[in-house]
Amino acid sequence: MSGFFEFFGRGLLRVMEGVGRFFVLLGLTMRGVVTPPFSPVATARQVVRVGVDSVPVVLLTALFTGGVLALQTFKGFQRFHAEGYIGSVVALSMLRELGPVLTGLMVTGRAGSAMAAELGSMRVTEQIDALVSLATDPVQYLFVPRVLASIIVVPMLVVLADAIGILGGYLVAVGYLGANPVVYMNNTFQYLSMEDMTSGLIKAAAFGFLLSLVGCQCGYDTKGGAEGVGLSTTKAVVMGSLAILIADFFLTKVLF
Amino acid sequence: MSAAKDAPPAVKLTKVTKSFGTKTVLSGLDLTVTRGESLVLVGQSGIGKSVLLKHVVGLLKPDSGTVEIDGEDLWKVSAKDRDRLRRKFGMSFQEGALFDSMSVGENIAFPLTRHTKKSKKEIADRVAECLDLVRLPGIEEKRPSELSGGMKRRVGFARAIALQPEILLFDEPTTGLDPITTDVVVKVIEEMRSRLKPSAITITHDLKVVFGIADRVGLLSGGKILVDMTPKEFEESKDPRVAAFVTGDSELAPPEAEPERRPAAPPAEAHP
Repeated sequence: MSGFFEFFGRGLLRVMEGVGRFFVLLGLTMRGVVTPPFSPVATARQVVRVGVDSVPVVLLTALFTGGVLALQTFKGFQRFHAEGYIGSVVALSMLRELGPVLTGLMVTGRAGSAMAAELGSMRVTEQIDALVSLATDPVQYLFVPRVLASIIVVPMLVVLADAIGILGGYLVAVGYLGANPVVYMNNTFQYLSMEDMTSGLIKAAAFGFLLSLVGCQCGYDTKGGAEGVGLSTTKAVVMGSLAILIADFFLTKVLF
Repeated sequence: MSAAKDAPPAVKLTKVTKSFGTKTVLSGLDLTVTRGESLVLVGQSGIGKSVLLKHVVGLLKPDSGTVEIDGEDLWKVSAKDRDRLRRKFGMSFQEGALFDSMSVGENIAFPLTRHTKKSKKEIADRVAECLDLVRLPGIEEKRPSELSGGMKRRVGFARAIALQPEILLFDEPTTGLDPITTDVVVKVIEEMRSRLKPSAITITHDLKVVFGIADRVGLLSGGKILVDMTPKEFEESKDPRVAAFVTGDSELAPPEAEPERRPAAPPAEAHP
């Protein structure tokens, strides 16, 4: 019995430690943002790596998600003769929910994991120690460009994903299900408000922040050698995705 | 090699203790290095030599005890002042720890671009000068992944001396190198010392390094520095712990000096 409590307690301690560490690193990152030296070049380089390089995978994800959304809603809405509203459902779901969340998850898999692997191998090869010995704050030097770039670039990716998702829905509805193109497009935009867009973008910025800080934290705190780097990379994807899904619920509740 | 009488020692550790979990690595360790002096610390693998060096430069914070650099307590000053004190150091790491996202030239230029207002031309000149000193001229454009182990270390030296530090730290500069490369590395260290006249702390288990560059030799065991003598005394010492090390005879080694697992230093402590 005591074994169970020990196991449970230890797990709880580890979780609390990780959460505490997240906020410590968040504080140091925020301090790093406002104190010189600033690093616009490094940030721009990360914008390319996190953003530009993620465009193809985000677009493909959005295209097929929009398409499947149209298929599924058609199946359901057909039962009470509401096929005309497919466009609205696809657009609303993409903008408010699926665009930000799926983009966040894809970027976590691509860029969050890469951050963890890069910082993790820097840790195990003593490059982070070398930074400190060269009187350079490693959190400022490594975290700040990555976190800033992600906050900037994930909303941009989401705008693209939203557009392509709507296109995916249109292609399926018009091309395969035989919907009237003009009616479909009218339906798509008729019930949309600017607030749907902005709430999605606020989410996107929050997800960018979460996935990058979690990715950096997992890499920065890597222990052991190559095995440790592997574990950190996995952890960055799992923790980053969980953080995004949990934050999504609470953000939706606040932004509703 | 003696320092001015009233100047504080370059490095002074007082009663430093450090544990990782239940394992004590340093237990009340005292160490003083005067200006211009070269101290070489030997000891078996996993005995805490690297941990000790990381305390000197403030990569690890002692559980108790003090680390003073030129009379200033590293952990009583602000983070900004700590970075100012760190600029007095040039640290070379076991495998070089070169930034693999940068070229060799960018690696050496890194401390110069961050901490000085030198022009591009001045930085390029200094980089070339540092590479000359480590006998690797003209490799600025190479990537660290293209270099051999010995070259990586020497580029690491070049990066460490770029800011003309007052104190050099070498973490096992020759481990894993062939005898000829070891000789080159030792000669480079000698030359760096004679040109720059820094204090130096070197940790190694290579006797070639000991007899090549040491003014003083310390033997680290059981979390303390057990003996402190000149290289000549070290070579001729009848102390079984020293003799075991010089002759490489494990039968002579005291039980407390058995190799232990090198503890993974948690990063949280020094720079959270």
